[in-house]
Parts: sequence; structure tokens; C-alpha cells
Amino acid sequence: MNFKLRVWRQKDRRSAGALVDYDASDIPAQASLLEMLDIVNERLVLAGKEPIAFDSDCREGICGTCSLTVNGEAHGPDHPGAACELYMRKFRDGETIVIEPFRVKSFPIVKDLVVDRSALDRIVQAGGFISARAGSAPEANSIPVAKTDSDLAMEAAACIGCGACAAACPNASAMLFTAAKVSHLALLPQGEPERTRRVAGMVRAMDAEGFGNCTNTYECEAVCPAEISASFIAKLNREYSKARFRGRGGE
Amino acid sequence: MIGSLEPRIPSGPLDRKWTSHKDHSRLVSPNNRRKFEIIVVGSGLAGGSAAATLGELGYRVKCFCYQDSPRRAHSIAAQGGINAAKNYQNDGDSVYRLFYDTIKGGDFRSREANVYRLAEVSSNIIDQCVAQGVPFAREYGGLLANRSFGGAQVSRTFYARGQTGQQLLLGCYQSLCRQIAASTVEMFPQTEMLDVVIVDGHAKGIVTRNLRTGKIDNVSGDAVVLATGGYGNVFYLSTNARGCNVTATYRAYKKGALFANPCFTQIHPTCIPHSGDCQSKLTLMSESLRNDGRVWVPKRKEDCTKPPNEIPEKDRDYYLERKYPSYGNLAPRDISSRAAKEVCDEGRGVGPGGRGVYLDFADAIKRLGEVTIRERYGNLFEVYEKITGENAYEMPMRIYPAVHYTMGGLWVDYNLMSNVPGLFVIGEANFSDHGANRLGASALMQGLADGYFVLPYTLPNYLAGQMGKRPSTDHAEFKKAESDIRAKIDRLLKINGNRSLDSIHRELGTLLWDKCGMARNQAGLEEALRKIPELRERFWREVRVPGDDEDFNQSLERAGRVADFLEFAELMCLDAFARDESCGAHFREEHQTSEGEALRDDDNFASVFAWEFQGNGQIAPPKLHREPLHFETVHLTQRSYK
Repeated sequence: MNFKLRVWRQKDRRSAGALVDYDASDIPAQASLLEMLDIVNERLVLAGKEPIAFDSDCREGICGTCSLTVNGEAHGPDHPGAACELYMRKFRDGETIVIEPFRVKSFPIVKDLVVDRSALDRIVQAGGFISARAGSAPEANSIPVAKTDSDLAMEAAACIGCGACAAACPNASAMLFTAAKVSHLALLPQGEPERTRRVAGMVRAMDAEGFGNCTNTYECEAVCPAEISASFIAKLNREYSKARFRGRGGE
Repeated sequence: MIGSLEPRIPSGPLDRKWTSHKDHSRLVSPNNRRKFEIIVVGSGLAGGSAAATLGELGYRVKCFCYQDSPRRAHSIAAQGGINAAKNYQNDGDSVYRLFYDTIKGGDFRSREANVYRLAEVSSNIIDQCVAQGVPFAREYGGLLANRSFGGAQVSRTFYARGQTGQQLLLGCYQSLCRQIAASTVEMFPQTEMLDVVIVDGHAKGIVTRNLRTGKIDNVSGDAVVLATGGYGNVFYLSTNARGCNVTATYRAYKKGALFANPCFTQIHPTCIPHSGDCQSKLTLMSESLRNDGRVWVPKRKEDCTKPPNEIPEKDRDYYLERKYPSYGNLAPRDISSRAAKEVCDEGRGVGPGGRGVYLDFADAIKRLGEVTIRERYGNLFEVYEKITGENAYEMPMRIYPAVHYTMGGLWVDYNLMSNVPGLFVIGEANFSDHGANRLGASALMQGLADGYFVLPYTLPNYLAGQMGKRPSTDHAEFKKAESDIRAKIDRLLKINGNRSLDSIHRELGTLLWDKCGMARNQAGLEEALRKIPELRERFWREVRVPGDDEDFNQSLERAGRVADFLEFAELMCLDAFARDESCGAHFREEHQTSEGEALRDDDNFASVFAWEFQGNGQIAPPKLHREPLHFETVHLTQRSYK
């Protein structure tokens, strides 16, 4: 298959970037989008040019490293799935494909298609955990959890931390990401003792990182590779209101 | 040789060794712990759990990972589950049985005492993970659910859908985040370790490169913990993440740490078959699928090109059920992989190139309904459809073995310390508890056992005598390591040839897969040992590494890793050559039973092969040391799953 690529190139955070055109010819249909970029890069290197920097690791949709906007959509058109799970047979032969990084103010560009998502780590550091010291845990079956609660917690916990939710949101909001972690832990009895503190801390960190707020456009849910439901954002709002109402929230 | 090959196994009966060892290990008092700085390289299940736990204890920890966040370590991709001897199913499980299954599964090439300890702490891991909020699968009564896995006749595997590794890693990452917020752990993402620094015979630091800026830093510490995973990517194609590499452990080996059993590599039986030359990685389909899927190929070669649903039952060969009636489709990984290779070698493979076998869910769907199958394996079926474009609810999956895990790694004693004092190695990076073959759902167990429950007891035993011995980074050994690294980087950037990194790495991978993969023989290994140095020479002459070193240069980071793989591959083949027996995943064609099973030679090879690097920067033949394995409790038998 043959494609025309328009790829965002940017030397570093401070330099200006631009879309640059490349030909991607003779690409096997069974190649993934990232393998297509590997082929293009191999050709660029042999032609004495600088390859396109892009992030990836597991290449099976679970590590959350890849972070491409393809034809204007976070992770490209084949939802649900990360960019690494996008295969060239999903495109038309001869199609022009525009590849950009995730565009979020809180994810500064490192180089070309690579962004810095450490803001998401800092949100988790602000309370996205249960304080359980190794060695002090009670016997696992001493805390029964209703299967429905546990399954729902798993739905939320499936988040891969890629940041596509923020990239797709017109407000660059990370609320789906934050909501997933808050909900996962709030749905389990183990998460109860720190429930108030957790949500207050995480929301505060989210705001401090410069992410916007939710205005119910549901773009996040549409692009989420882990199919996290936007209804968890409603849960986040309830958890947050309760925390504020109780007037504690670690403030 | 630095240090000794003494395994330091505590005396006493097997089931008392660990307790008594803990009772007699030295401690570091709470107010002294903050005086120690511990370097942890890697943030997966082993490194992440170790860093978090040591931070909780009050040590000052510096944790390094090459990923942009510790949450992305490759443990995240583990699917199936984690074993623990809880006996929640009342089906006869016990610590002893988990120990026995693991040591037998490893074809009697691991240490009894280590494996017993692993089985012993397995229960604590489940408790710990549940307390952290890991959403394991549950039954309607609210209690934890289990499933069965290869190589066991009990249901002892805990799981979170097909994403168990992800959930365990996130639990561990969250604990790590808590310690980062508490300032006990300082995290260095996108930072690669390029050398270990040894001062007065003890590991006292590392040299790192910031992958984003190219900056090289010297880091000193009171102890160094390597948790850098396995080296499966030496084969180019594997189920490992793209970034997984041997660099940290290989460079420690070049500094004097012994590398043990490098030829023990696990080829996982259920992966999506190879589809073409551009392929950059292989994708695993969890072994848990074999609980409900039936593996088969056509009985006759002529049927291989027919659509599977046109092949009647009587013309199908369910070869695992036929050959191993008591374990059937749940035969251990090494055995299932070899059986798949065998039927494909006979010309009965299916799919492109005839390198595939069917994994069929039709019977399970008939028995349990599609809804149940979707609930159990839905996400795996989706992954399969994305990659192959085929719907596995309607037609059988095609699967083929692929490189998945490496049992070999740096040699460690019972304390998980290498022969170099102060250098600890945990998780997949050490030569581990899995012998010559790892059973399913045991990697997650080992990573977390090492990090949460073993290292926090054995590390203080070393540190207690090391107060105030942390060197300054001005020490000459740091300067020397740094200048060696800079020289190597310069050399890579100056080759300026006309071949791509991937093309050389692929060539190495194909050679290893053919000569040192699922089956090995003397002639093949000799050929590989001749060709690898040639390929390495061509690499240093012909490869092209663009860009410069003071920048985010992904080509340069990969070039350094491929250069190490090109040296390490030789060690792997040498080990496979020297181990003139078959055991577990190491199948030397010269040594097989009349039924084609691995034939061990316990008189000559019931030992760990630990290789010592020789030569001063040059690659000279390494020196082989043997640690004999003593079996006091189990009786060595021909492994049988029939």
C-alpha cells in the first residue's frame, strides 16, 4: 500500500514545529501504524536524514506509551485501541495520513511526536493510592467485596494512563483519567479510609497541572483505548462534592 | 572472580530455612535507615515493589527506569495471572505442592530452598495486593476467584481479567507514588543505566544516561538493586516490549557479576503467528485460553489449506490431548511449544508459511455459551481480531510459539545478592527460581516475592556492615566508567555506515531462533558461534546511527542495546553448547527420549552454569563456574505430564 504522510516535526520544546510531508510507499497491509513509521524511519536514516521521534513500548495496547493523534483523532480512527493497535489495512490505499502528538498544554512536546506526560504521575502521587504497607495486610478473603463492585472497580482500573482523554477534550481536561483512579479505589472497601483525602488531593493536583474541566462533550470516552466510561466522571464529581461538604479533604 | 559462588542456603529443614534465616539476619535500626541510599534500576513488579517497600522502611531510594513513567514497565503486559498456595478452592493445594510443581516444571534445575521460599511467601503477595486495591476476579459471594494454569492440577491462579500484570503493576506503582510523594523515593524516568561502579570490591554506584537530554550522571549508593527484566529481545521478535534489553545485566556481567544459565529462554506456546518481515513484535495470547481452547492440527497435510470448519472431527489431531492425556491442553509451556513445532515440522501446520496450529473454542462455546467465553477472554479475542482481522468466536485462532521470558539471568545467592557484594538482582533479571522452564503465572509471583518480601529482609543483612562506606562520585572508578561510556557512544555515532540497526538486529534474531530457539544441536550452535562475531563486526563497520548524543536520540539508545545483544548472544549460544543435555526449555536434539521428550543428564548437569567475563574490554571466552544443585527433599524423576 502507498500513503502520503504529514508528520509533526519539532526539534524540542522551545523550537517551533511544522507538518512535514513524507511518502510511505510499499507498506504491507498487515503492518501496524507504528511499523509503518519504523519503515519510514529506516528509509530516512539510510538517506542521511533524521528519523521521526515517536514513543512506543509494548505495542499491544496496554503500556500506554504511544501517544499519537492520527487524522485529528487521539490514537487514530480505530477505536477502541491505542495507536499501536492501528493497522494499515484500516486505511485506504493512497490516503493522506496526518500524524501529530497529543496536543495538551500540560503535556509539553519533548521532540516531534513525543510528549511529556509526567503531569499524570503527579496526579496519582497526590493521593491515587491505598496506604498499605508491605507486611501489614490482612488475610485476603477477610474482606469480601461484592462481585458487582469489584467488576465495576476493574472497569475503572483498566485505564492505561495514555492521556488520550485529555488530548481529545476541547478543554484539555484529565478528568476521565482522574475519575478512573478515584472511582476504582472508592468502589472498594479497602479504599474507604482515604476516600475523602484522595479525591481532594487528586483534583487539586489536576487543577494545579493546568488541565481544564469537564463540560460533558464525551470525546474522552470516544477515544479511550480502555473504554473507560464517562459516567465515572459523574462519580468523581459526587466524590468531590462529598469531600468538600465534609469540609476535610486534607485541606 | 569477585566474591564467591557460595549459594548461602540456610541450614535446617526445608520448611524452616526462610524463617530461621530471617530470625538470624542482621537489621538496620529505623533511625539509621535514612543514612543509606539504595539504587533500584527498573520499576516493574520487582523493582517497583522493592523501591516502594524500601522507601516505606525509611531508606532513601533512587529508582531509575527507561520508560517515561514507572507505570509503563513491561510487567504491565502480563495477562494470565499470579499463583499462590492459598488453597481457597479446597482442591488439595499447599505450599509444598506449589513448590513441587514449580521445581518439577523447571525440570529440576533450580534451588530447592529458593523455590520453597517463593511458594511460602506467595500467600502474602495476594494479601498485600488485595489490601492495595488490586481488583482481582471474585465470585458472587465476594470471595476471590481462581483459575487453573499450565503444569498444575489445582486451581491456584488469581487473576484480574486478562490484565493481571497491569493491575498488579498499578498496585505497586501506586505504592511507589505514595513514597515519591513522601520523598523517600526519588524517581528518574527515561534514564538508562549504562554501567555499575565497583569500589573496593563492592557495588557502590551506577552511571546513567538521561534519554531525553543525553546527560550522563554518576550516582553513588550503599547498594545497587537491578530489576531490569529479561533479555528475550535478543531474538528481535519476542513478546517483550520494544525497549526491553540486556544492557544493565550484561554490563554488570562485564564488571564481574556472573551470568547464569543464559540459554534458558522460554518460548511461549500461544502467541499470534508471525505475519511478515515488517513485524516489530509478537503478541501473546494468554495461556489461560488453554483452559477452554483445544489445540489441534489436521491429521493429513493435504487438509492444511482447507478452512478449519470444513475439516471433520475425525480428521483432526488434538495432539496435546493425545500425547498428554492427564494434562491435555494444559501441558507446560516448553512441552506444548515443542509439540507445536513438531507438528509444523511434519508439514501439518496451518496459516501462512505453515507455522501455526489451531486453538479452537467451538466446544467451549457450545458447552458454556458465547457470553461466558466473552466474559472470560473477551479482551484477548478483541486483540486477536485487531491484529489478524479474524473473529475467533467463529473460527479457531491460529497460534504459534514465540520467545516470551528468560529464566537465565545474573547469578544470585539465597539473599538475591550476586557474587559482587552489594549488587542485588531481583525479578526476571536474576537467574531465578524457575530452573529450565517457568510455569505460567509464576513470573508475577516471583517479581513481587522478591520486591515485597525477600529483598527487604536480605538487603539490611548486607547494609548493616556498610555504614558510611558510600563513596563520593569523584572516585576514580566513576570517572573511568563514565569515560568508557562516552567513548562507546562516540564510536557508535561515528560508524556512519549504510545499514539500519533493525536489519542487523533482525539478522541476529533469525539466526538465534533457528540455532538456539526451541531446539538446539551441536552443529547449529557451532554455526551460530561462528556467525555472531562476524555479524558483530559488521555492525561496528556498517551500521548507521544518526544524530548526536546531547539530544533525545532514540537511534542511539537502541544502538547501544543492540551492540550489547550482539555480545550477549554469543554467551547464550556458548551456554547452550556447554549444556550437553536437554532440560526444560533447553532441548538439545542429541538428547531426547524415544518419545521425543527432553532427556536430562543429572549426573553431569544437575548444576547452575555461571559464566564469568574474561578479558579487559575485549571479548575472550568466558570462564564457566558450576554451582551444584542439591536435592534433599524432592526425588529427581523424568518429568511426565502424560
